[in-house]
Amino acid sequence: MGLFNLNARPGRKTAWALSSMLFLLCIIGYGVTAHIRHQENPDDNVVPTFSEMWDGIQRTAFEPDRNDELRLWVDSLASAKRLGYSLALLSLAILLGLYMGVFPYLEHIFLRFVLFFDKIPALALLPILFIVFGLGEISKIALILLGVFPTIALDTYLRAKAIPREQIMKGLTLGASDFEITYRIVLPQIMPGVLDTIRLNFKAMILFLIAGESLAASVGLGYRIFVVRRYVAMDIIIPYVIWMSLLAFAADVLLRIWIKKRYRWVGGES
Amino acid sequence: MNEARPVILHLEDAHQAYPDQGRMRTVLNDIDLKVRKGEFVTLLGPSGCGKSTLLRLILGSERPTQGRVLLDGKEIQGPDRDRGIVYQKYSLFPHMTVLQNVIFGLEMENYSMASRWLKRHKFLRHRKASTDRAREILERMSLGKDLNKYPHQLSGGMKQRVAIAQAMIMEPKILLMDEPFGALDDSTRTDMQLFILELWERTQMTVFFVTHDLVEALFLGTRLLVLSQYYTTARDHNEGSKIVTDRGIPGDHPKPTSFKSSPEISQLIEQVRQQGLDPSIARHIHDFDLSHADAYRTVDPEEWGPTP
Repeated sequence: MGLFNLNARPGRKTAWALSSMLFLLCIIGYGVTAHIRHQENPDDNVVPTFSEMWDGIQRTAFEPDRNDELRLWVDSLASAKRLGYSLALLSLAILLGLYMGVFPYLEHIFLRFVLFFDKIPALALLPILFIVFGLGEISKIALILLGVFPTIALDTYLRAKAIPREQIMKGLTLGASDFEITYRIVLPQIMPGVLDTIRLNFKAMILFLIAGESLAASVGLGYRIFVVRRYVAMDIIIPYVIWMSLLAFAADVLLRIWIKKRYRWVGGES
Repeated sequence: MNEARPVILHLEDAHQAYPDQGRMRTVLNDIDLKVRKGEFVTLLGPSGCGKSTLLRLILGSERPTQGRVLLDGKEIQGPDRDRGIVYQKYSLFPHMTVLQNVIFGLEMENYSMASRWLKRHKFLRHRKASTDRAREILERMSLGKDLNKYPHQLSGGMKQRVAIAQAMIMEPKILLMDEPFGALDDSTRTDMQLFILELWERTQMTVFFVTHDLVEALFLGTRLLVLSQYYTTARDHNEGSKIVTDRGIPGDHPKPTSFKSSPEISQLIEQVRQQGLDPSIARHIHDFDLSHADAYRTVDPEEWGPTP
């Protein structure tokens, strides 16, 4: 066994087996628990069996509910829209960070403010958002933005700041204007890193999304799991949680592949 | 050198000081310098003497705290396309291919970001012309096969050649080089030295070359400057570097490679060491070797003291 061998090199198949091991263990462990509990009490709804969960998925995903809607898809679309708007608005955070990093005047105007803003716990602002913006979409999107906007802006700022001074000087000797340096030298160079940060912040964004939806919404993935909680509908909650994780995971993988493809020049300093 | 050539670069009483622990610390102390068109000036000095500071003054990324830096009689306001620069590190834009790096400057010439779209048709023609020009230059530098590579795919020597092409295509009045070959291995460095000499001979450009390698400085340059913080004056305490040597480098230019191992060069090396590179032999301000025809200086009587 090479478990504690620093220099071990597991083969391809072994590596796969090792990586899937814990997943399999969890699934088997769950199946066994569900089985035992159902033998004691056939109506147990805390640990539904796989077939019960499959029924739950069927009901939410493929059978119209009272309002003649396929719930899972309607919920997913509503949540995706909220995330989509937030992502679109986050491009402003990139812009702000870029300008703070490049133009010293803007740096002085915004940096302290954003730093302070970054320390406000976004969730604590939720009541204020609800009071000011009502219970509509705006407060939910605003919550996501308040949560991650400063992080993205500050990260972009630090990356822009880290571009070697020499490159900016070089740009000037080649006749570039301030905006050309900003958009053709600084921005393209920090973009892969910034996208990576957004990728890592997906989790926080989803967290704020669910928090918002759980308190004030009539549709959405987060809203649904909190509603069905009242009926201890674990056969719906668990598939929803897995569905959300899969979506987040897929988005993460896709963005990672795209970054790798789009920014082929990343691979070493010049 | 042909003395009739016009003076292109002119430094007059240039001082540079930086704040350091609550006071100003002088790094460059009264630099006077005249450089004529077509000269290959090499600047040498012990580490920490402010070579790069002097280069930054000429580049314009810093302004002197006192004195003036003039290019063609006009005071330098900031970095612009009159001076090209080749650095040792960060010499290329990592997100652009070789070709994109080289046409970057030309492409923007006369076309702001907006007019690039407003006059799309004209711009595309202009870019085509720039691309052809860059391609031609890169081919002459035997980089024709690497046009679409990214900098991280190039060797150190290739990177520096592209960086030189990138600066040269703008036809700057002076090419500034900040230890451009410092990170290269020996044989690549020799290749690059021959390359820059050939380029200099062909284009007749003015080069200002900073190095810490004595042999390199003597091999490449037509004129040698030594900047040093090790000297004495009539004052008890001196701060900031001065040009302690400003002399022509004897022999033909460019020099044959054999010069590097000739007895002449070892003699020159010994002289230059004593003039400014060795901290234990600090020369008096009276004894600086300012034998170049264009060397001049304004003297502070307090430093000069009573003439012996």
